[in-house]
Amino acid sequence: MKIRKIKRALNRITPNGRQAVIGVPFLWLFLFFALPFLIVIKISFAEADVAIPPYTESFTYAEQKLDIVLNFANYALLTGDDLYISAYLGSLKMAFFSTLLCLLIGYPMAYGISIARKEMQTVLLLLIMMPTWTAILIRVYAWMGILSNNGLLNAFLMWLGVINEPLQILNTNLAVYIGVVYSYLPFMILPLYANLVKHDQSLLEAASDLGSSTFNSFWKITVPLSKNGIIAGCMLVFIPVVGEFVIPELLGGPETLMIGRVLWQEFFNNRDWPVASSLAVVMLLILIVPIILFNRSQAKELEGKA
Amino acid sequence: MAVASGAYKKALEGGQQPKPVLVKIDRVTKKFDETVAVDDVSLQINKGEIFALLGGSGSGKSTLLRMLAGFERPTEGRIFLDGVDITDMPPYERPINMMFQSYALFPHMTVAQNIAFGLQQDKLPKNEVEARVAEMLKLVQMTQYAKRKPHQLSGGQRQRVALARSLAKKPKLLLLDEPMGALDKKLRSQMQLELVEIIERVGVTCVMVTHDQEEAMTMAQRIAIMHLGWIAQIGSPVDIYETPTSRLVCEFIGNVNLFDGEVIEDMEGHALIRSPELERNIYVGHGISTSVEDKHITYAIRPEKLLITTEQPTHEYNWSRGKVHDIAYLGGHSVFYVQLTCGKLVQSFVANAERRGARPTWEDEVFVWWEDDSGVVLRS
Repeated sequence: MKIRKIKRALNRITPNGRQAVIGVPFLWLFLFFALPFLIVIKISFAEADVAIPPYTESFTYAEQKLDIVLNFANYALLTGDDLYISAYLGSLKMAFFSTLLCLLIGYPMAYGISIARKEMQTVLLLLIMMPTWTAILIRVYAWMGILSNNGLLNAFLMWLGVINEPLQILNTNLAVYIGVVYSYLPFMILPLYANLVKHDQSLLEAASDLGSSTFNSFWKITVPLSKNGIIAGCMLVFIPVVGEFVIPELLGGPETLMIGRVLWQEFFNNRDWPVASSLAVVMLLILIVPIILFNRSQAKELEGKA
Repeated sequence: MAVASGAYKKALEGGQQPKPVLVKIDRVTKKFDETVAVDDVSLQINKGEIFALLGGSGSGKSTLLRMLAGFERPTEGRIFLDGVDITDMPPYERPINMMFQSYALFPHMTVAQNIAFGLQQDKLPKNEVEARVAEMLKLVQMTQYAKRKPHQLSGGQRQRVALARSLAKKPKLLLLDEPMGALDKKLRSQMQLELVEIIERVGVTCVMVTHDQEEAMTMAQRIAIMHLGWIAQIGSPVDIYETPTSRLVCEFIGNVNLFDGEVIEDMEGHALIRSPELERNIYVGHGISTSVEDKHITYAIRPEKLLITTEQPTHEYNWSRGKVHDIAYLGGHSVFYVQLTCGKLVQSFVANAERRGARPTWEDEVFVWWEDDSGVVLRS
């Protein structure tokens, strides 16, 4: 009797196949996302120190006493200093307008691909994805070559005679916008395409049958039905752009104030890990809103299919 | 099988007075690349009737319907609606509405918004739209579901919404594309009659496409049988079943026994046909105008008109000896498969009017016989 009971208890705690399968990604996320992030949070409550690592310990245990020292000064500094606030706002602004630009450019492209012939669709999608096979750093360097004062673009414009002296594009916000929109466009197009290609053509026929012109059907039927694709694409662009570092660093100038750069400077130039960590924590808190929005739209999409 | 509908009754009564023509399809041909989907079809649809295009897949019936809706443009020929040439009119300008096979309800809109969509395209004032939507919802008995989204409805409910949406604009012509295609069998026969009732209450002319002959016969007043892009026969359900003009129509609609034969005597009042498959000659109560050279014909007789008896018939014509090969008991009637002496299998339907009667059983010697006017002589 007892053996059977123990067996049953053992059975209950050993994972079955389904739990094991779900468990692997959970474990992965815990080890490589949750755990490091907890460490970042911990550092954000420490003080900068000349030491290795360069911050004070939050937890000390001596003489049977556990001392927990939480330092909120870093967070106070973030709200107090204009630099950080304008860096956050700069990042959000950059992310917002590049997302908008990606949507305006990406939607017609995704729509065009979705209505192309089946064999053509594969080719077009491949063309969209191909640039992402090259490292982002190399592609951004290529843009430096194109946009610099004696670069391809200026040379071309001067050859055309549109301008007499080179335009200053590199190291301005314009260059950052160009770089960001270029790099993130595939992330807008792919989810939009995935959504648009599933649309039932008979709905457009029905709309036409009921007296709606092609243009009107597009706004009344196609666009509302692609809402989830739009949200997915926008989030896939917006969220990473907020924290973008490489593109503003290489293409931007002194006026380009973005949180990723400030974070880098705090971390490597000032060696102030606690402030850098608190910057990261606040950035994540800001991004939670769009992440929740994104998740909700994904859940709805799944629900609609069921 | 559904109860005889209003359509059937109308077809029997209303055949006399000619109705005004609403749709005129004039020598329409549609080619996709090199395949001919619709081949030189001409037909007229009268005001207020339910007209069915019946055929298998690839018969061109759907293409013809889509040309009426405006989704396809004929390669040749013209289409007139109420005397107006609509051949080149885009679908959104035609006073024609269609109920799609998949219903094509807009998933992001509620039932009421779906029905209102067409009315809003006409820029009608808001209160007029609302009144019309309410009227339509009442017509299809869906008032309490006005705020639901399509995915929250059952198949039958979706169909009603689709019907309401296509009727909302008071179209001159209503098109139904496989109206029962998405419903299960039980719901089908119920919805067929309901659909006919609503269509007749509204009084709209209706063209439907179906591959289901029972559906066409239940709902339509006239049927066009389509095959490989052309129309094999047009007529009322009774005409098409009882007097098919070709072997093709005959075999497409219902079951039939076919005998090859040769006319041996052709008078004004009667004719005699000899068939090598039958023991006795076939006597027909009317003359057959065959050509002198080709005397070959096909004699078609429906299984319910082929009778079975165990006693040898006393008359001279219209019977043959056989043996019961198999019996399929279907409840309401049984199908007897009788093997004639020549080896040919024929079908006979026997109504099970008594609960347990004395009937021939397997391997019994029987005689099949029929009345003089039971069969049809076919020349093609």
